Amino acid sequence: MQGLRLAYNYLRIGIMNEFQYRANLYIQILQTFIALGTGLIGLNLVFSQTSELGGWDRTELLAVMGVFITMGGIIRAAIQPNMERLMEDIRDGLLDFALTKPADAQILISVREFRLWQLVDVITGMIVLGVALSQMNWMITVWSVLAFFSALMMGAVMIYCFWLIVTSTAFWFVRVHEIANLFEGLYAAGRWPVGIYPTWLRIALTFIIPVAFAVTVPAEALTGRLSLQTWLGALTLTIVLFIASRTLLKFGLRSYSGASA
Amino acid sequence: MKRYFDYYTSMMKISVLEQWQYPVANYFYMIGMIAEPVIYMVVWSSVATQQGGMVGGYTPGAFAAYYIVWTLVRQMNIAFTPYGWEWRIRNGRLSTTLLRPIHPLHEDVAFFAGWKVVMIILWIPLAFALSLIFKPELNPTLLEGVVFFVAIWMAYLIRTITLFLLGMVTFWTTRVSALFELYFAAELILSGRLVPLSLMPAWVQELAWFFPFRWAFGYPIEVLVGQLTMTDMLIGLGMQLAWVVGGWIVVNLIWKVAIRRFSAVGG
Repeated sequence: MQGLRLAYNYLRIGIMNEFQYRANLYIQILQTFIALGTGLIGLNLVFSQTSELGGWDRTELLAVMGVFITMGGIIRAAIQPNMERLMEDIRDGLLDFALTKPADAQILISVREFRLWQLVDVITGMIVLGVALSQMNWMITVWSVLAFFSALMMGAVMIYCFWLIVTSTAFWFVRVHEIANLFEGLYAAGRWPVGIYPTWLRIALTFIIPVAFAVTVPAEALTGRLSLQTWLGALTLTIVLFIASRTLLKFGLRSYSGASA
Repeated sequence: MKRYFDYYTSMMKISVLEQWQYPVANYFYMIGMIAEPVIYMVVWSSVATQQGGMVGGYTPGAFAAYYIVWTLVRQMNIAFTPYGWEWRIRNGRLSTTLLRPIHPLHEDVAFFAGWKVVMIILWIPLAFALSLIFKPELNPTLLEGVVFFVAIWMAYLIRTITLFLLGMVTFWTTRVSALFELYFAAELILSGRLVPLSLMPAWVQELAWFFPFRWAFGYPIEVLVGQLTMTDMLIGLGMQLAWVVGGWIVVNLIWKVAIRRFSAVGG
């Protein structure tokens, strides 16, 4: 309960902070449109040569793109900024200020930053998804909607856990900025369903960097491809990753000695 | 002439020594960069397989060759980012550069040329691994190899000059990120970075002639992957030379006006 109140307050502060820089909203809108435009051009080029890719047709891949943009927005609004701040705080010894507060360390370090304007991506992604769904005369059922949102939630939690694991290594290796760069490169693979990649890459994108669960699985839920097994698999992996990341963070915090104190 | 030669050799030496200290950082940077062509390669190879083995004149093996050569050209393409100009101007870093009796463009060209040496050495094992996995069809002739070698350095010069020009906009306004984003999106599409230009609609291919992008990216790859006739290769080299010379003249013209707007703090 206290955790929720804490998250709410940080969210409020984050939003007020962003409102000081309203011009950034316009820049964000432009960036989103450019990214959307290049994405659509890529999609059109592929489908000017073929009518389906790895068993997915054009509108289905448009849905994948919608999920990809939405999830990218969630990551850049709420996950990545917190993890980057954690990395910097570990390096500069500023984490002392968070650790001395009487709240759960993991909750605190996960809610401190929020980039409101990134939600432009979330909204745009949802619109793209809506357009795709209306084109494929999709039968709306309670189950598919539930499956989609639960898969999206689990995907976001998995990406968060992955980031937390990577960031926690900053307790031992200080230079991890390049790993963030690596994540962005690999996340781009989620623009296409992971089924089209060679096996070794598909395994890496499923279990090492959970891009498959973050983008492909929610899209599968909407296009009627998701089996109960996959859904249960996602649930299991989410729980495993969550426990693993929390354990690693606790372990890392024990070896944190602060730089300034 | 000797003055320039000495400047370039010492600047490149400094940059090699500096970058060689961070092999791991450079490697992570490179792997993050290689994810992009691998994605394109997989997508287009599977399109080609579905369409009976060939699309737009490319077989899966030819796509593999295109995108593996892509990774080398991309390394050659790295130049001082226009986003860095704001930092250069605000921190007064430019003051130091201005004190030297040499045009500041030379500093960028020499520093990044040295860095390339490190990057190419680090790139070789990665290219080897990619070739084992994706089996490119690549049989360049000696002539193509030579033209490619010249073309990638010319491409590097073109990109350095165009990004330098773009960066100079910062002398007039600091709200530049929107402009830069548009520029890079145009580059992605018109250079052959997203897909080989032969897969683009005809009007896009014609449009690409008038921009520097393809001469700084797609053209060198096409030379090595080997679909160009002798005439095409010569025309390409000519276009590259024109962009380098023309760009250098424009840089000089604008620089004279731009530098008057610069007032430094510290340095």
